[in-house]
Amino acid sequence: MPIELVVNVVIAGVLTGLVYGLMALGLSVIFGVVRVVNFAHGEMMTIAMYATVVLFAALQLDPFLAVVPVAGLFFVFGTLLQAGVINPFITRPEHSQFMLLVAVAIIMVNGLLMVFGPDARNVQVDYQLESYAIGPILLDKARLYASAAAVAASAALFAFFKFTRAGKAIRACADNYLGAKVVGLDVKRYYALTFGLGSACVAVAGCMMILLVDVSPVLGPAYTLLAFVIVIVGGLGSMGGALLGGVLIGVSEALAGLFITPSAKSMFSFALLILVLLLRPQGLLGRKP
Amino acid sequence: MKAQTGTSPVRRRVLKAAAASAALSTIGFPGIVRAQGTKLKVGVLLPRSGFQGLIGQSCQKGADLAPGVIKEMLGVDIELMNADTETNVDTARTRAERLIQEGAHVLVGPFDSGGAAAIAQVAEQRGVPFVINIAAAPQITEQGYKFVFRNFQTAPDIVRNGLALIGDLFQASNIAPRTAVFMHVNDTFGMAMAKGISAFMGRLTQLPFKIVDTIQYDPAARDLTVEVSKAKASNADFLLLVCRLNDAIILRREMVKQRWNPMGIVSPGSPGMYEEQYFKTLGKLSEYSISNVPWYNPRAELTKVVEKAFLKQNPKDKLVFNGLNVGFTFEAILVAADAFRRARSTDAKTLADAIRQTNITSKMMLGGPIKFNEKGQVEGIGSACVQNLNLTPTVVLPAAVATAKPVFPWPYYKA
Amino acid sequence: MNRRAAVLLAMLAAALILLPAVANSYVLSVATLILFFAYTGQAWNVMMGFAGQLSLGHSLYVGVAAYAAAGLFFHFGIGPWAGVWLAMLLCTALGAVIGFLAFRFGISGVYFALLTIAFAEFTRIGFDHIDWLGGPGGLFIKVEQREHMDLLDLRGPPQMFYYVMLALTAGAFALCAWLLRSRAGYYWQAIREDEQAAQALGINTFRWKMLAMVLSSALTALAGVFFAFYYNNLFPEQIFHISRSIEIILGPVIGGVGTLFGPILGAAVLTILADSITELLAALGIEIPGVKQVFYGVVLLAVVMFLPHGIWPTLARKLGLEGRD
Repeated sequence: MPIELVVNVVIAGVLTGLVYGLMALGLSVIFGVVRVVNFAHGEMMTIAMYATVVLFAALQLDPFLAVVPVAGLFFVFGTLLQAGVINPFITRPEHSQFMLLVAVAIIMVNGLLMVFGPDARNVQVDYQLESYAIGPILLDKARLYASAAAVAASAALFAFFKFTRAGKAIRACADNYLGAKVVGLDVKRYYALTFGLGSACVAVAGCMMILLVDVSPVLGPAYTLLAFVIVIVGGLGSMGGALLGGVLIGVSEALAGLFITPSAKSMFSFALLILVLLLRPQGLLGRKP
Repeated sequence: MKAQTGTSPVRRRVLKAAAASAALSTIGFPGIVRAQGTKLKVGVLLPRSGFQGLIGQSCQKGADLAPGVIKEMLGVDIELMNADTETNVDTARTRAERLIQEGAHVLVGPFDSGGAAAIAQVAEQRGVPFVINIAAAPQITEQGYKFVFRNFQTAPDIVRNGLALIGDLFQASNIAPRTAVFMHVNDTFGMAMAKGISAFMGRLTQLPFKIVDTIQYDPAARDLTVEVSKAKASNADFLLLVCRLNDAIILRREMVKQRWNPMGIVSPGSPGMYEEQYFKTLGKLSEYSISNVPWYNPRAELTKVVEKAFLKQNPKDKLVFNGLNVGFTFEAILVAADAFRRARSTDAKTLADAIRQTNITSKMMLGGPIKFNEKGQVEGIGSACVQNLNLTPTVVLPAAVATAKPVFPWPYYKA
Repeated sequence: MNRRAAVLLAMLAAALILLPAVANSYVLSVATLILFFAYTGQAWNVMMGFAGQLSLGHSLYVGVAAYAAAGLFFHFGIGPWAGVWLAMLLCTALGAVIGFLAFRFGISGVYFALLTIAFAEFTRIGFDHIDWLGGPGGLFIKVEQREHMDLLDLRGPPQMFYYVMLALTAGAFALCAWLLRSRAGYYWQAIREDEQAAQALGINTFRWKMLAMVLSSALTALAGVFFAFYYNNLFPEQIFHISRSIEIILGPVIGGVGTLFGPILGAAVLTILADSITELLAALGIEIPGVKQVFYGVVLLAVVMFLPHGIWPTLARKLGLEGRD
C-alpha cells in the first residue's frame, strides 16, 4: 500500500473527525450538564443543515457566514425547548426521556420530509471541489476550512466555560446540583442556557457539515448515534475529549476502511464504543465520576 | 363520540371519516361494494415515503398515466387503488392484504425486493395475481409461485446484459482498456450484482479487462474519501461501478477533489447516474457517465404515446429522467389490463391464467415480447447503454435504437 | 386480581381466540402484527421492568434467533421446533454476556442503553458480511403453498401464525404474571425500588438481574424464530436495525413499563393508531409523504408528556380494575 494513500486518508480522517467532534461537543455539553439524553441531536444538526441550504439558495449566503444567524436561531430554539418541553423530564426515568426525544426526532425528521421532500440537497460553493496539492498530499479545501471553523468554535466554547461567570456557574451546576442550588444559582435558567449553547454548537457543526455531506431528512439518526459514540469515547463533560473522540473515530474509520473492507468500517466505531464502555467508561479524557 | 353543536362542516367531515375508518378497520367490513364487471381494480403498491420515497413517486407517475393510455389502446377500464408501502416490509404486507380486502383484482409493484417478497406471499396465499414492476432479487421467481409475475430482469440478467454492452461499448469506441477497479454498494442489489459479475467475468471473451481491485462500500456512507483513494491508488483504466443515487453523487465529487480521472465510469447495471438528481446536483460533472440498464426504446410507438401522456400529467418533468420507473410500472399495469381484456373476467384465477398466456409484442421497454415462462418471469428483456450527454440520459447502444454515439474515453482522461 | 378484571380478561381471551373466525385476512394480518409487538414488548419489559435495564438493542435477539432458525432450516432442513433451541441458546448467551459486562463493569442507565445499541449495530454490519447467511442480499426460506397446515415446519395459512403468536403472547403474559407474584418477583421489585437496600438485606442483586436479562433475551428469541418463518426472508439491514429496536419498546412505554398489560395495550393502540391515521389521511385525500409519521410522533409526544406511566395504569384505574397490576 503506497504511503501517500495512507497519509492522505489519515489527514482526511482527522479533518472530518474535527467536524464530527464539534457536533459531539454540543451533545457533550448538554449531556454533561443537563444530563438529558438528547436522542434528537442528529436531527437538530440536520435542521441546521437545511437552514444553511435555504439561506444559500435564497441569499447566496456562504455557510461560514450563515453560521451567525443559524447558530443564533438554534440558541433561542434550544433554550425554549429545554425550558418548555424537556425540563419536567430531567427527573423522569431514562426511558421516558428517551421516548420523549425519539418522539421529537420523529416529528423533526418527518416535518423536514414534508417541507423539503426526500431529495438530497447541498450548497454549491466555488471552493467545494477544489483541493490544495502539497506534493502527493491532497487537502480538500472545504474540509480544511470546515475543520478550522470547528476548532475555532470549540475554542470559543471552551473560553466561555473557563472564563465567563455564566460558564463557571454552568460548570458548578454540572458538578454539584445540590451545591449549586444551595449557593443560590438559578439552575433552571442555566440548564436552559446550556441547552441553548449546545444547540448553537450543533448548528455551527451543521453549517460546516453541509460543505462535506449532502443533507436529506433521514440523515439524523446516524449522526445521533455517531455523536454518542464520540462523546462516550472522548469522555463526558470534556470538550477536548469530544474533539479527540471525533478525530479518533474519524481516523479509525478511515484506517478500517483502508485496511479492512470499507463497508465494515462502522463496525470499528461500535467495537471501540464497547471497549471504552467496559474498560474506561469515563472516556479517554473524562473525569472519573 | 360526543356530538358538538355548531361544528363546522369540515370538522364534521373529519369526524365522520375518522369514525367510519376506525369502525371499518376494526370490523373489517369488506369495503364499499361497487358495480362489478367492467372495471379492473389494480392495487398499486409503491414506496411513496421512507427511504425510497423518491423512486416510488417516480413509479407512481407511470401508474397514474396508465388508465388513460390503456383505455385508448385496449378499450379497457382500469381503476387504480394506490397504497404506500413506506419502504417497510410490515407495511407492504398489511397494505397488500388491505387492498385485496378492498377488492383489488390484481396487485402491481413494489419496486424493492424485500417488499416484493412479502407481497408475493400474500398474493400467493390469497390467490390474487401480482405483477412485479421492478425488483431484481432472483429468488422471488424461484419459489414456485403460481400467482406472481415479474416483468423485469433479475440481477444475474442485468449483469449479463450489462457486461455484454460493455464489450459493445469498447468495440464501438475502438478502445480496449486493460484494467478496471470495481466499486459496489454493500446492499441487496450491490451484492447480487457483485456475485453476478464474478460468475460472468470468467465466461465472456470480449472482456479482456482484469478487475484489479474490488471495493465494497456502505450505501449510506456520507464520506467516500477512503474508497476513492483506494480506487485511485489501483491505477485502473476505468471505474466499474454499481451504485445508488446518493453515493454516486458523492463518488463523482470525490473523484474531482482527489483529481482522479480514469477513462470513464461505467455501470454494468445500477440506478443512480441516470437519475435527475444526479444531473441537478452535479451539473456538468454528470456528463459522460455510463449506465447499462433496462431502458425504454426511444423509437418505439408505445414510448411516444406514453411520453405524451406523461408530459400532459407532468408538464414540468421529463420522461427521460423517469424512464425506467415509469416504463416498467406502466407495462406491469398493461399486462394486467391485457389479461383482463382477454379473460373478460375479474376472477383471480382466470386472470392469473390469462396473464400466463400474455404475449405483448408492441411494448415500450427494450427487448423481446412480454411472455412469462413457467416461473412467472419474462425472459429477454433488453438493456441499453445509456450515457449522460448534454445533461440528459441518452441511449448510445445498441446502435439500432441509439440516438447518439458513445463517448469513451471521456474528455477528462489523459492517456 | 379483582372480579371485574378477571371477567374482562376472560372476555378478551375469548375475543382473541374467536377472532380468525370473524375477521378477514387483512384484520388478521394486523392482529398478528399487534400480537408480535405485544409479545416482544412483554419480553423487553422483563429486562426493563424486572432488572431495571433500558435495552435499546433488542433487535439483536430477534435477529440472531431468526437467522439461527432460518439458517438451520435453509442449509440443513432442520425445522423450527428444533431450531428454536439453538436460537434460545444463542440469545441466552448473548443476554448473559451483555448482562455480565454491564453489571460487572457497573454500566447502567444511558450507558447500558448505548452498549446494547452498539452490540446491535455491530451485529447488523457483521451479518451484512456473512455470505453463508445470505449477506445483504437476504436469506430466503423456501415458501410452499400453504393450504394445509404443517405445524412442524411452521408452514400454513395465516390463521396458524395468528394462533402461534397468540399462544406465545398468552404464555408470556402468564409467565410474567406468575413471576411477579413469586419470590423472584418480590426480589425484582425490591431491587428496582432501591438496589442498595436490597443488597443490604442480603439479596444477591447480581444474580437476580442476570436472571432477568437472560429471561428477556430467551423470550425474545422465540419472537425471532416466529419472524423468520412468518416472513420467510431476512435482511440484516431490516431485522437488526435500530428502528426495529425502537418499535419493540414503543408498545411497553406507551402502555406502561413494568406492568403486565402495558405492552399488549401499547402494541394494540399504536398499530391501530398508525392504521387509522393512514386511513384518515387517505379519506381526506392528503398524500404528502411524512404527514402520517408527524401525526404519529405528536401522539407519542403527547402520551409521553401527559401520561408518564403509560396508558394502562390510568385506564385500569378508570375501569375499576384496581387490586393487582
